[in-house]
Amino acid sequence: MPIVAIPSLLRNLTNGEESITVPGTTIREVIDNLEVRYPGMKARLCEDDRIKPGLAVYINGLLTRGSILESVDADAEIHFLPAIGGGMAAPSH
Amino acid sequence: MLENKEHKVIGTRPIRHDGVDKVTGRALYGADFQAAGLLHGRVLRSPHAHARIISIDTSRAEALPGVKGIVTAKDIPDAGDKIADLGEGAVNLKYLCDNILASDKVLYKGHAVAAVAATNPHIAEEACTLIDVEYEVLPPVLEVRQAMEPDAPLLHEHIRTTSLGETAEEPSNVASHIQHKLGDPEKGFAAADIVVEREFITGTVHQGYIEPHNATAHYNADGQLTIWCSTQGAFTVREQVAEILQYPISKIKVVPMEIGGGFGGKISVYIKPVAALLAKKTGKPVKVLMNRSDVFEGTGPTPASFIRVKMGATKEGKITAAEAYLAFEAGAYPGSPVGPGAMCIFAPYNIEHVIIDGYDVVVNKPKTAPYRAPGAPNAAFGSETVVDEIAEKLGIDPLEIRLLNAAKEGDRRADGPVHPRIGCIETVEAAKAHPHYTAPNGKKHHGRGVASGYWFNIGLESSVTINVNSDGTINLIEGSTDIGGTRASIAMQAAEVLGISAESVNPSVVDTNSVGYTAVTGGSRTTYATGYAAYEAAQDVKRQMIARAAILWEVDEANVQFADGEFSSINGKEEQISFRDLCGRLGETGGPIVGSGTVNPGGAGGAYATHVVDVAVDEETGKVDILRYTAVQDAGKAIHPSYVEGQIQGGAVQGIGWALNEEYIYNDEGTMTNASFLDYRMPTCLDLPMIDAVIVEVPNPGHPYGVRGVGEVPIVPPMAAIANAIYDAIGIRMTELPMSPDRLLKAMGKI
Amino acid sequence: MARRSHVQTTINGETVEFLCEPRQSLLEVLRDELHLTGAKEGCNNGNCGACSVILDGRLVNSCLVLGVETEGKSVETIEGLAAPDKLHPIQDAFLENAALQCGICTPGFIMSAKALLEQNPNPTEHEVRYWLAGNLCRCTGYDKIVRAVLDAAAAE
Ligand code: FES
Ligand code: FES
Repeated sequence: MPIVAIPSLLRNLTNGEESITVPGTTIREVIDNLEVRYPGMKARLCEDDRIKPGLAVYINGLLTRGSILESVDADAEIHFLPAIGGGMAAPSH
Repeated sequence: MLENKEHKVIGTRPIRHDGVDKVTGRALYGADFQAAGLLHGRVLRSPHAHARIISIDTSRAEALPGVKGIVTAKDIPDAGDKIADLGEGAVNLKYLCDNILASDKVLYKGHAVAAVAATNPHIAEEACTLIDVEYEVLPPVLEVRQAMEPDAPLLHEHIRTTSLGETAEEPSNVASHIQHKLGDPEKGFAAADIVVEREFITGTVHQGYIEPHNATAHYNADGQLTIWCSTQGAFTVREQVAEILQYPISKIKVVPMEIGGGFGGKISVYIKPVAALLAKKTGKPVKVLMNRSDVFEGTGPTPASFIRVKMGATKEGKITAAEAYLAFEAGAYPGSPVGPGAMCIFAPYNIEHVIIDGYDVVVNKPKTAPYRAPGAPNAAFGSETVVDEIAEKLGIDPLEIRLLNAAKEGDRRADGPVHPRIGCIETVEAAKAHPHYTAPNGKKHHGRGVASGYWFNIGLESSVTINVNSDGTINLIEGSTDIGGTRASIAMQAAEVLGISAESVNPSVVDTNSVGYTAVTGGSRTTYATGYAAYEAAQDVKRQMIARAAILWEVDEANVQFADGEFSSINGKEEQISFRDLCGRLGETGGPIVGSGTVNPGGAGGAYATHVVDVAVDEETGKVDILRYTAVQDAGKAIHPSYVEGQIQGGAVQGIGWALNEEYIYNDEGTMTNASFLDYRMPTCLDLPMIDAVIVEVPNPGHPYGVRGVGEVPIVPPMAAIANAIYDAIGIRMTELPMSPDRLLKAMGKI
Repeated sequence: MARRSHVQTTINGETVEFLCEPRQSLLEVLRDELHLTGAKEGCNNGNCGACSVILDGRLVNSCLVLGVETEGKSVETIEGLAAPDKLHPIQDAFLENAALQCGICTPGFIMSAKALLEQNPNPTEHEVRYWLAGNLCRCTGYDKIVRAVLDAAAAE
């Protein structure tokens, strides 16, 4: 099953757990399954069924396009990190 | 995936394809564009760093003979609170629009307020002085730590600090907080025999490209908008303009002219939408040019920052824990490169226990823009100085301590992902083996310093089309603007596949209607990703040519092979034909051949650099001279070594400028007092020695020829390397950039 | 608009006449009136050398010379350097040494180098650096430019 590295600022949702093994064959499934176990997680990572602006998704150390449709291998390691890019960050509301 | 065979074209040094145009003055840059009936635009900029716009009255300016049109923020469609997806990242559209022409508030001195189109540039400039703007002046906040104070003047009332999706209650200038944590830092520090902690300050610096921003726009009666401009990415200009003007991308054509430097600063648009608005208003083509002070005050520099670094190590030199606090000035709108800074800061090392906190903070300065490895140089100035101090206190050679702790394949970066094959150790070893490192350097007030640096490199989309000519040459169509010889480095990869010479490829950089989507020339991605697309397009051509040879010889395709520019048939018939001759027979075997390649690769492969520098400190004046400079870098595979060396040398010298002279100097009102090349002192050739660029090649498994990006990492080590050399020379740790003569004199207690 | 003056001058060996306003610099006249856009504007105040041309044998920043001042004088620009079928040795040296990246500074550097080599055909590295200090290049770090000029000197 894919392993999700929980960013330190989200570890309050996982009782300090740093990495979580969850089932899923796409990023969307992985996040949905995380949400079942740790309610609130999805709202921190997604907005309108897309990865939040300003976040990047890494699978096995490689930067992806950040789509929730990205497929993941059974033993993939997934990271959510700030996007590199000089663009203006999203506002907060 | 790596091809290990010897290369015929890759690694050679052909004359670049656009070279003759560029040495004869014929190459056309953005400002060189001419059109019949052209009007000239100028932008009126705010004299205040922070003020509310009460009213704008353009009537006196409109009455000036020769003035044809004036635009303000009112001419930009209302952005609402839409988030625009611009390929390289999401952008708050309101911020983007407000940075083009301020609507309610001006947030920095130089913020664009209105623009005029007139029959000549002098009239347009005069008209700007006749626009009456009433401001309510507000107190500015100009420094990151002050902006973080709870009672600091607020730039944006609605900004609340977000921490990965969680939003604070109170308004603040701190737009976001990020954190990376690995292991148990407390435990790591407890295991250390020595802990060094220091605070660092870096100034605001500009990319300093010699060509100011420019744009010419024209609206046709059918609604077709064309923009001719210098840019790092024609497609990103198309996207940004489409979002700002809320106009369909299919009606916008962006024609990239030659570009006179960018370094990250020519990705965001400033005057391009303004030219479009003026063109729409006047019905004429309008050219808008910035002057040098516009460039300093009205475009994005890279941020000033406050950084605290703490590292612990055992007596043997093993780094046990590291902690960093990074506060970066975003400028007027959120979006500093604190993210990449936080991800790169300890990347040359394998450290078990790490915590990194980063803060993105708005201040009354221009919205920052990327500049070569954005964020990483600020961060490395702190970490690489602290590593040097640990080495010195433990009596360990500074390169030795880097080797002892060097990151390698399989190690985990502080921000989480595991390193693929990287060349960190190789660059340190090459620096250690270089004669520079062992050359005597014992004179009084002379010193030697070293530092390392890391940058990710990025992939993103690129498209290439190849048209095969009947004389055995190919026309290669690409969308990556050529800032430093990438026509050559991309063409060479296609040439290698097809077994032809670099000169047999005619590369063209074309407009957004004429090639598939291609992301910006930036992120050290062009030779990597567009080169990869050229490789794929050439493979496509090769496959089609094999089919043609099979038709010619009436054999099965599987019985045709291609090597060294020759097609031959195996299995029975002994036929052979060169690539060139087969190109002459395309008509009779089925018609023209067009190959295409598109990529969006994830395996950009990070780049490491290690620099060695000798300095002399003048005790009387505080001036630091660079005596000798060696820059070692892992290029993966150097396609055209001369231009790889050029990137390394240029990046190192920008770093030298950042280290010793360059900074935005502000007065209390928030006016930059040195907005000219005379006073913003960039290095001249008299300030420098030759820069010895040493290329190390640790192939990147994510590219068919092993290419890693080379453009950015050379600016990461210089500041710390020079600070460490100054320490070696005079025994003083400089912790504030730039290390200008006045700061040195102060540090030496002379003033 | 101010009255335009008639000016007659020699540019790259050809007699040229143009009209210009008194406030227009030679750089503006070259670029906007005569469409000789090889000279570039980097700063418009004499600090970058991108606009370098040779005026009556002397290297000048064309942004600091008024168009009307060129009456009766002779101007050499980058466009006049190469023969129809052959580059000038300095141009060749720049290409062979990869002494340009973006190329915006290149015309200015080549004109500066030409002026240097005309008065000092065998400069030392330091003399090259001293002479070219009025030209800014942000891309190359100058290493390959200095080598190109030394190579051109050796070749001439
Ligand atoms: S444009 Fe003339 S010196 Fe810069
Ligand atoms: S080559 Fe770009 S400024 Fe010199």
